[in-house]
Amino acid sequence: MDILYLLIPLSLVLVFLIGLVFWWSLGSGQFDDLEGPAHRILQDDDAPPTQR
Amino acid sequence: MCCAGCQAVAETIAGNGLIAYYNSRSAYAERLEADAAHAELSFYDRPEVQRDFVQYSSNGESCETTLMLEGITCAACVWLNERHLSQLPGLQAAEINYTTHRARVQWDPRILALSQILHAVQEIGYRAYPSSKAVAEEVRKRENRTALWRLFVAGFGMMQVMMYAVPAYLADDGTMSVDIAQLMRMASLVLTVPVIFYSAAPFFQGAWRDIRLRRLGMDVPVALGIGLSFAASVYATIEALGEVYFDSISMFVFFLLCGRYLEMRARQNAAARLEYLDRALPLAAHRLLNYPDGRDTEEVPAVALAAGDFVLVRPGEVVPGDGVVVAGETETDESLLTGESRPVAKRVGMEVVAGAVNRLGPTTVRVERVGEATRASHIRRLTERAASQRPRLVELTDRIAAWFIAIVLILAAGTALYWMNVEPGRALWIAVAVLVVTCPCALSLATPTALAVTIGSLARRGVVATRGHAVEALSHVTHVVFDKTGTLTEGRMSLAEIQLIGGADRAGVLSIAIGLEQASEHPIARALLAVTSEEMGKVSLAPMVDDLCYVAGAGVEGRIDGVRYRIGNETFVAAVAGPASAGYWIDGATPVWLGSEHGWLALFTFTDALRSDAASVIGALRAEGKQLLILSGDEVGAVAKVAGSLDIADYAGGLSPEDKHARVKGLQGQGAIVAMVGDGVNDAPVLAQAQLSIAMGSGAILSQAQSDLVLLSGQLGGLLDALHTSRRTMAIVRQNLAWAIAYNVVALPLAMAGYVTPWMAGIGMAASSLLVVLNALRLTRDRIREGHRDERSQARGNRREARGVRRNARNAPARSSAPSRL
Repeated sequence: MDILYLLIPLSLVLVFLIGLVFWWSLGSGQFDDLEGPAHRILQDDDAPPTQR
Repeated sequence: MCCAGCQAVAETIAGNGLIAYYNSRSAYAERLEADAAHAELSFYDRPEVQRDFVQYSSNGESCETTLMLEGITCAACVWLNERHLSQLPGLQAAEINYTTHRARVQWDPRILALSQILHAVQEIGYRAYPSSKAVAEEVRKRENRTALWRLFVAGFGMMQVMMYAVPAYLADDGTMSVDIAQLMRMASLVLTVPVIFYSAAPFFQGAWRDIRLRRLGMDVPVALGIGLSFAASVYATIEALGEVYFDSISMFVFFLLCGRYLEMRARQNAAARLEYLDRALPLAAHRLLNYPDGRDTEEVPAVALAAGDFVLVRPGEVVPGDGVVVAGETETDESLLTGESRPVAKRVGMEVVAGAVNRLGPTTVRVERVGEATRASHIRRLTERAASQRPRLVELTDRIAAWFIAIVLILAAGTALYWMNVEPGRALWIAVAVLVVTCPCALSLATPTALAVTIGSLARRGVVATRGHAVEALSHVTHVVFDKTGTLTEGRMSLAEIQLIGGADRAGVLSIAIGLEQASEHPIARALLAVTSEEMGKVSLAPMVDDLCYVAGAGVEGRIDGVRYRIGNETFVAAVAGPASAGYWIDGATPVWLGSEHGWLALFTFTDALRSDAASVIGALRAEGKQLLILSGDEVGAVAKVAGSLDIADYAGGLSPEDKHARVKGLQGQGAIVAMVGDGVNDAPVLAQAQLSIAMGSGAILSQAQSDLVLLSGQLGGLLDALHTSRRTMAIVRQNLAWAIAYNVVALPLAMAGYVTPWMAGIGMAASSLLVVLNALRLTRDRIREGHRDERSQARGNRREARGVRRNARNAPARSSAPSRL
């Protein structure tokens, strides 16, 4: 039963961590656009300008 | 490449090294409308225009705005726009949200102008608009997010605390060591802290605000209950003795927040009903540069339009301001304003309202009112006023709630004192249970919710409540008094005949008459103007009239070329023209006389058809036991005819506004609750006298502002609708009050007797408040069912619009230099 002395505080820490992570992800707009980033990864930014 | 425009766009894209767009796009670009490429954008650089939607940083080195992007069809478009914009010098950030098609751009105003950004977007074949509404939407979204987050914290905390609490409930004596029990309590305490200080913060703030204002709101006992039980639980935890109730507290907060959240959503929905009027107005308009000589248009923001401008409204577009059709023939959909989804035919000379959708042909409109002066804005302001006013009913329930709360506080204190002597250990918890279990929510929460929902749903159906008490008053009405012209009848008088008196000539008489009536809103004046403009075209230039003077209920007087003319009823004209000569034919039609100082000139007779739904509405009202009357300023014969065809026995004609006022007052003296349905300037005093005043939407703006309800659809059917809705609303309010009384009468003694633990009290109160709020929301459900019908017909309309636009685009390509199918 002694393990409870570790597990209970640990569960507390986890609760706060999960809450914090969720808070951060919500605030940083990760749930605002659920489609765009999936396409963005495929696009190249380094094509040279073509000469006219 | 189909044209030079496509080539230019393709070269811009390739020349900037953005060729990857063509490799990764998954849909073709949209075809632009003909004039888009020429749109005038420098307008957006003016500070007075930018004020609405651009935020400046404090040092002036950067500013930020949200743009709506048109033409985004796939993710490659997003990439293309972002890359292209980021190559502009002075642009600090550009982020495009693929889901919402909004772009957030940030730039240095010293190097770059907003119009250059918009132009850059246009260069590659898309269109960008600044969006001022986005800011307000953002604010509401943030509020919503905060509320949800509070709810989440409370719910999450509740579940975790419960996990630590369950062992203590299940454990038999001695099976759990003291240390472990204490650890569990500490853990519960730690988890309850955010629930109390974050999730429950609104309750404490509300209570503190109430106390500072020296009044009692429902937050006071709630905050007191939460605060006391938390403090006692903390004390018990630290001292390691007595019961802790962290689980009850967090559960209580969670349930309460659930109720609050639902109520907030209901109110936001009701508010959104009002806002749609604003959103209906377009951002941009096509202004005709020098109409009627030229047909060139420039694109300007709708806010830049001024009265007197000519705008071109294409099929599928929204009319940007109230105005008059000067060229073209079309149908418009005014359902947003009137709730009536049938399109309305518009010809030259007819009025169109801002927010109406043009459905058929391109139409040129002379703008008369824009922005805040439009009908749509007017309606929104009136409705907002209604929503912000506290109706008598709500004030009454608030007062009762305040007393109720005071009594609860006293009872809680008394209960605590009593138990202190009997069983000190339980005294605090019983007092907390008393504080928590009582629920004044039905009084202070559910009634305003029901009323707000009703106002919103009525507005949607074209019945605008402009004062808060309208809904309540409507459900009590015993007498309905109708005006005749424009209320029971169409209000579109048509000229039946002109009988000339003496040697007057027809054209001269008409020209004098429209001179006198040209600025009047009276239906007879309208009919006269319609006839003359038909008969004589635009040449019938109204003569200059001096000393124009309106006499309500009588007529108009004015001076033309030094001669005093009067137009109006017989006695009014006789005062200048001398005694009338008999022998003119009237027969139930409305006569209007014209005379001058030199004698009588003409008699115009007008007839006015009954509204199509007048008979059925009158029948339905009578079936519901309402007393019906007609009080009209028109000549008795005409009133009798209408009353006869509607089978209304109680009528009077030829009344002055004062007479009508006196009659309504007389009815009220006998205990009647009078609803006056009227129209026009004549009715303003009597509208003010009646307990409930209802104006038809086609009436003059003045009477709209003074009336409590406006029937925008111009259909009397709206009255029945409103009557039924108001009765249902009041029924729900009564149910809620009955429930609240029953609940409290049962729960309060039980709590005082100590049978209710705090957690039971928490559930009881939350369930009770949820019940009343959900009951009030039943009004929304009915609205949704009806809304479905509306939306379906609207969707049909939209499809038709879309077809119209496409057809238009197909007809236009000869002129088009815009890129297509790149």
